Amino acid sequence: MKILVTVKRVPDPNATIRVKPDGTGIVTDNLKYVVNPFDEIAIEEALRIKEKGGGAEVVLVSIGAKVAQEQLRTGLAMGADRAILVVAEQDLDPLGVARILQKIVEQEKPDLVLMGKQAIDDDANQTGQMLAALLQWPQATFASKKESLESEAEKNGLPGIQMANGKAQVVREVDGGLETIEVPLPAVVTVDLRLNIPRYASLPGIMKARKKELKEIPVAELGIDVTPKLRVLRLEPPPKRKAGRKVSSVQELVHLLHTEAKVI
Amino acid sequence: MQRFSGVDYYALDELLTPEQRLIQRTVREFVENEALPVIEAYHAREEFPRHLIPRMAELGLFGANLQGYGCAGLDNIAYGLICQELERGDSGLRSMVSVQGSLCMYPIYAFGSEEQKQRWLPKMAKGEVIGCFGLTEPDHGSDPGGMETKARRDGSHWVIQGTKRWITNGTLAHLALIWAKTPDGIRGFLVETDRPGFSARDIKGKFSLRASVTSELILDDVRVPEANMLPGAEGLRGPFSCLTQARYGIVWGALGAAMACYHTALEYAKTRHQFERPIAGYQLVQQKLVFMLSEITKGQLLAYRLGQLKDQGKLRPQQVSLAKRNNVYQALQIARLARDILGANGIVSEYPVIRHMLNLETVNTYEGTFDMHTLIVGRDITGLDAIR
Repeated sequence: MKILVTVKRVPDPNATIRVKPDGTGIVTDNLKYVVNPFDEIAIEEALRIKEKGGGAEVVLVSIGAKVAQEQLRTGLAMGADRAILVVAEQDLDPLGVARILQKIVEQEKPDLVLMGKQAIDDDANQTGQMLAALLQWPQATFASKKESLESEAEKNGLPGIQMANGKAQVVREVDGGLETIEVPLPAVVTVDLRLNIPRYASLPGIMKARKKELKEIPVAELGIDVTPKLRVLRLEPPPKRKAGRKVSSVQELVHLLHTEAKVI
Repeated sequence: MQRFSGVDYYALDELLTPEQRLIQRTVREFVENEALPVIEAYHAREEFPRHLIPRMAELGLFGANLQGYGCAGLDNIAYGLICQELERGDSGLRSMVSVQGSLCMYPIYAFGSEEQKQRWLPKMAKGEVIGCFGLTEPDHGSDPGGMETKARRDGSHWVIQGTKRWITNGTLAHLALIWAKTPDGIRGFLVETDRPGFSARDIKGKFSLRASVTSELILDDVRVPEANMLPGAEGLRGPFSCLTQARYGIVWGALGAAMACYHTALEYAKTRHQFERPIAGYQLVQQKLVFMLSEITKGQLLAYRLGQLKDQGKLRPQQVSLAKRNNVYQALQIARLARDILGANGIVSEYPVIRHMLNLETVNTYEGTFDMHTLIVGRDITGLDAIR
C-alpha cells in the first residue's frame, strides 16, 4: 500500500492577513507559513492507516517555491516516509496543480491519494475532483467519520477511512448528515475537518526528518502546460464590522430588520 | 481575541533553521491546545497539571538539548525556544522542564557514571522518572556554600542528613539530586525518594508559581550506596554548572511570559474603548506598549546570541547572569505594565496577565536573584568582589 498525500504551503491562519493597498495580493512581509490545515489532517490519516490500518508507505508531495521544503519537513517530522517537491515559482490554478499531480501519480503509482478538501489560502476546493477526473479514478470527497473527535477511537488514533480488499470505505460529510460510500482503489480521497486531530511533530521526529529523502523535480521536467486559466482580478479585505446598537424591544428589532437592515 | 502567533518585530524567525521553527511551532501548539485551556484551574488549585507530563515526554521536551540516552539532541537555540513557548503558557510548565532537564538530567549527563546515565536518563526523557534538585536550604539560599546538609561515609554507603527547601517537583519526584557536605567537600547524591528516611511535603500558600509543586525535603539519615554519588562533580562547581544550564532556559522563558502579557495588552488596548475610542490610540498606552515590544525585542536578541555562544562552547556563566537578570526583570516590568493597561481586568484570572506577573516574582528570585546576578557581573567587570 502506498499513499500519496498533498501538502500545500499556506499563510498561518492565526496570523493577521492584510491586503495590499492596490488589491493585487496580500502583504507577505514577515508572514509565517504553515502546512494547509486540511492537508495536515490528510497526513494524519495516512499515518494512521500506516500504523493501525494495515501499513503503508506515506509519500508527501508539494508544489511551489523551494521554501515549501519546510512544510514537507513538517510532514516528514510527523512520520511520513519521504517527500517530493515539484519546484514551480509561477502562479498555478487548480487545473495546473491537478495536471502536475497527475504526472506524479503516474510516476509513483499510489493506491490512494489523500488531499485536503481545499487549501485555506484560495479556498478553491477543486483540485481533488479535477485530479480524479484526469486520472479517471473514483473519488470520495469531504471524508469525515461517525465517531466524534472526543471519542475513544480518536484518542486511540484509529483511522476513519477503512481500507480492505482493494476498496476504501469513506464516510462523507454531506448536507444534513453523513454518507458512507465505498470506492475501489486506486482512488482520490479529500478530507474534511472532522476526520481527525493531527498529531504534533515530536522533537525526535523533527530530528529524524532531516535524514529522510526529499526529492525535487523542476516543473518544466514534467512537460505539461500549467498556464493558469484563472486570473485574480482584485483582492479586497472584508468590510469592517460596524458597531452594534441596543434596541429596547422585539417589536423595534423586527421593525429595524425590516426597514433599515431590509433582511426580513 | 486574536490568537497568539509570536512576537517577532525584528524577523528573528529568519535566523532560525527550519527545524528550530518547527520545534517552536510544535511546542506553541501543545501549549495553546493542551496547557492554556486548563492552566488557570490548576493555578487556582495550587497544583501542577500532572497529566501533561507524559505528553511533554512524548514530544521530547525533557533533556531535549542532551545527546543520546533517548534525548532529542537539539541545539541550544531550539531548547531556548521550547522554554520560551512553555513559559508563554505558564512559568510552572517551563520550571518542570528546567528542573527535569537542566537540573537533574544534565548533571547525570555531565557528571554521572556511564551506569548512572544508562539507568536514569532514558527513563527521565520518557517522563517515567521525575527528578528534583536539592541545593537550597531553609537558611541557605544565595550562599549555598553554607549548606548544613551532610553526608558521612558508613562502609560502602553514604548517610545523608539535612533539610532542603524551595525544591520544585519535590513531592512529584522519584529521584532527588541532593547536594551535601562530605569531609572532602560538597558532593551530589542521587537519592531515590522511596528510601527510608526521605520525606517531602509541599509548601502551600504561595501567591506565585501556583501551577508548580514547591516542596521541602527532609533527609533523616538516608542511606545510599556509594554508586549513587555523582563521580564527576566536586565542590560547588557541580551545582553551579547545572544552574547555568537552567538560567539559560530562563533567559528564554521569561521572554515567553513577557510575550503573553504584551500580546494580551495589545489586543485588549485595541478593542477596549474609553472616551469613544480604543485606548490603544492614547499616547500613554502606546508608550507602554512600545516599551514592552522594545524590551522583548532586545531580550530576544540577547537570548539568541547567548544560544550561539552556548552552541559554540564559548558561553561564560557571567554572560548568562547578565541575560537572566535583564530578561526576567524586564519581563516583570512588562507584566506590570500589561496589568496596568488591562485596568480591573488585569487582576482577574480571565486574562493571563496577573498570573504571569505573580509567577515572574518567583522567576526573578530563583536560580540566582536579580541582585546576585548584578553582583556576579559587577565582580566580573571590576575584578572586585561585592558579594561577600
